[in-house]
Amino acid sequence: MNPQPERTLLRLEAISKSFGGVQALNSVEFSLLAGEIHALVGENGAGKSTLMKIIAGVHTDYDGRMILRGDEVRFHSARNALDHGIGMVHQELCTVPDLSVAENVYLGHQPTTRFGAIDWGGMVRGAKEQLARLGLDLDPKGRLGDLPIGLQQLVELARVLFSGAEIIILDEPTSALSPPEIETLFAVLQRLKEEEGRSFVFISHFLEDVLAIADRITVFRNGELVATEAAATLDKKWIIQRMIGLGHTELEETYTSAVPLKSVAADAPILKVEGLSRRPDFEDVSFEVYPGEVLGIYGFMGCGQLELARALFGKIRPDRGRMSVDGKPCSFGNTADAKDAGIAFVPESRRSMLFADQPVFRNMSISILEHIDRIWLKPARERELARGHIKDLGVRPNDENALLRTLSGGNQQKVALGRWMTERPRVLVMCEPTRGMDVGAKEDVVRIVHELRDQGIGVIIVSTEPETVLSMANRVVVMRKGAIVGGFANRMIAKDDLLAAA
Amino acid sequence: MNDTAAGRSTRSFMLGQLRNVAPLVTLIFLVAIFVIMSPSFATMGNFANILRQIAITAIMATGLTFVILCAEIDLSFAAIANTTGIVVAFFTLQESYVNIANVPLPGAFAILMAIITCILLGLVNAYGVTKIGIPSFIMTLAMMQIAAGISALLVRGQIAYAVPQLVRTLGSGNVMGVPWIVIIAALFLLVGHIILTYTRFGRYVYMVGGNREAAEFSGVNVKLVVGGALVIGAFCAGVAGMLGVAYFGSAQQNEFDDYLLDAIAAVVVGGTSLFGGKGGIPNTIIGLFVLGVLNNGLDHIDIDSFLKVLIRGLILLAALVINVYAQRLRAD
Repeated sequence: MNPQPERTLLRLEAISKSFGGVQALNSVEFSLLAGEIHALVGENGAGKSTLMKIIAGVHTDYDGRMILRGDEVRFHSARNALDHGIGMVHQELCTVPDLSVAENVYLGHQPTTRFGAIDWGGMVRGAKEQLARLGLDLDPKGRLGDLPIGLQQLVELARVLFSGAEIIILDEPTSALSPPEIETLFAVLQRLKEEEGRSFVFISHFLEDVLAIADRITVFRNGELVATEAAATLDKKWIIQRMIGLGHTELEETYTSAVPLKSVAADAPILKVEGLSRRPDFEDVSFEVYPGEVLGIYGFMGCGQLELARALFGKIRPDRGRMSVDGKPCSFGNTADAKDAGIAFVPESRRSMLFADQPVFRNMSISILEHIDRIWLKPARERELARGHIKDLGVRPNDENALLRTLSGGNQQKVALGRWMTERPRVLVMCEPTRGMDVGAKEDVVRIVHELRDQGIGVIIVSTEPETVLSMANRVVVMRKGAIVGGFANRMIAKDDLLAAA
Repeated sequence: MNDTAAGRSTRSFMLGQLRNVAPLVTLIFLVAIFVIMSPSFATMGNFANILRQIAITAIMATGLTFVILCAEIDLSFAAIANTTGIVVAFFTLQESYVNIANVPLPGAFAILMAIITCILLGLVNAYGVTKIGIPSFIMTLAMMQIAAGISALLVRGQIAYAVPQLVRTLGSGNVMGVPWIVIIAALFLLVGHIILTYTRFGRYVYMVGGNREAAEFSGVNVKLVVGGALVIGAFCAGVAGMLGVAYFGSAQQNEFDDYLLDAIAAVVVGGTSLFGGKGGIPNTIIGLFVLGVLNNGLDHIDIDSFLKVLIRGLILLAALVINVYAQRLRAD
């Protein structure tokens, strides 16, 4: 059909998509060749995942045209896309932990016997075979949820890889994998590409991975496609400059070179954690946070750092261990206790900490109502306080009555921070503080965190993104499989050091 | 860009109001139907009837509004109302022909015992839901049985008639031609509205119902708020039960069973979201009138009495569909 030697399998024309008032994709032109591995890179929130979800039929409401094998298509569901040979492995696991490994591999397309019953024997054998091709020796009858998160992700990969899809989209497939697992994965991708001519789209913020595996690389920034180039001609610095734009030297450094860590002159710690355990999430965790410092806790996804953060805020209870704030021992039965002890918390998902249908000022005042009033609400006072925080933090729009859902991710994060600005906490725990934000919002959040630090608040940054940790922390500890396995203080540190330690 | 954004926000505002507007339209529609179909419906006397008929439901629905706004449910309030009504009769001197081993106390103490009873039952609900972590649907289902059991043990199949004078006055007396029970119901709705709208606790109820996880991450004591709502629900039910005994003139087993569906229907038909966080007492008031007009109006028109139950069910279903549909429109 197409006389060109490099056959275009999928072409996107002028794709635009917005969520609420936020433009996520702006007239993007994208093409995928048959038998290529095409990497997408860009900051969080740049639009990579949104574009892939459009291709995979997850987002069905968009402007523009999609041409698959020469025919215009418009998918109405992920199932519909899969029927056209497009499969996607999502960043968040889409597996069923309570089912067996084999059932997960065959989720949605179980083999059946002549009588229409599920062919259990065939399924177990097939799953074993397919997992072996990924270099995995797993018991297909075992419960998926009992496996470590990295292996669970490989099982999901196996499902999509072997579902027969011709185009396979991988959204951050390596973030929870160990280096040998990544090598196996890359070998499988290469083999499927060369032997079967399948095409892959590979989203990753691990630029080393991208350069190692991709044939072509496309860079996104703020919902626009900035460049598409053959990978062989590129290097890391070039990609990073396209990703964050020119003129952000400081931020660029956290990607490319080492940054200095400098501990503060330490008197007594604000927060002291000793032997904190909660099986199976984390075990025997001890650390201290000093006033005026930012402690980074870095680790791969699923290493227990999010659970640790929740235990610090009383959302979940540790089995064992001690905590003290300003030398006073404390144990939290609920989050209100933790707040009273001077601990503030911002979780990794803004949806789980903000009230989408409420105006900004109520989202800010919710944590401090008991300080404003005893019984009767004082909305005027709430608005006044919110106006102050909106000004200080640079929230857009500059309107305390705006519904939260209308704000962009970065501004929502500022609202979440604003909540803790009236009654200053002793310790602020933030999970993934800059996930899904554009560069400007990211720099604002870094600035706010540093201001809080300078006021003597102890800040804990929990993140799976090395750049985030490096852009804020004075001191870093690294977690692996629920334990603290290393620490960095008073030295130069680069992204590679963190990756190697985790 | 600005134009479409403004258009979108107007649209979403209108959709947001759908949950408030739809019940009102339903009410106006029902009133219009009954006015046309029955000459005896649109009279002052009948309006007074409707108010009297919805008064007990209104007191229960006030408490239930708190519970449903928290995205919880209480299935035990009608049984708690029954128990409380029976307790107040149990501690009042009965006529000699009433064969109940009752313990006569002065009226004030009987009332106190009844109120303690309903609050205790509410606290058990709260403990089960917040401390043990039983879903409220199951916990209050169990409480429904427990309360019914206590009622059964106290009256043992008998009927008690006497209640303290204060309860009798408030339940069946009038002041200047207005039934006390209507005044009490209006008072409960008013106080409920003030608590929900103007107090810190009320704000917490809406925030916990709107996004429980977010409330927890904001350092709100979510268990205290949910527990509080369940206790308020039981207290309202208890008061309704006491006054109801005086209103009906007797205390007996299963006296309030019909109120379970009626009060839940009133809250939800009024537009308070079953998923929590949206709605309130004004919605409940509309819902009460929808229910009241429907129950009363069907008695005024000449149709098969067996068909009436079906019609009532279908109209309630339609209102519930609107409730869930309004929720979905907002979610998009």
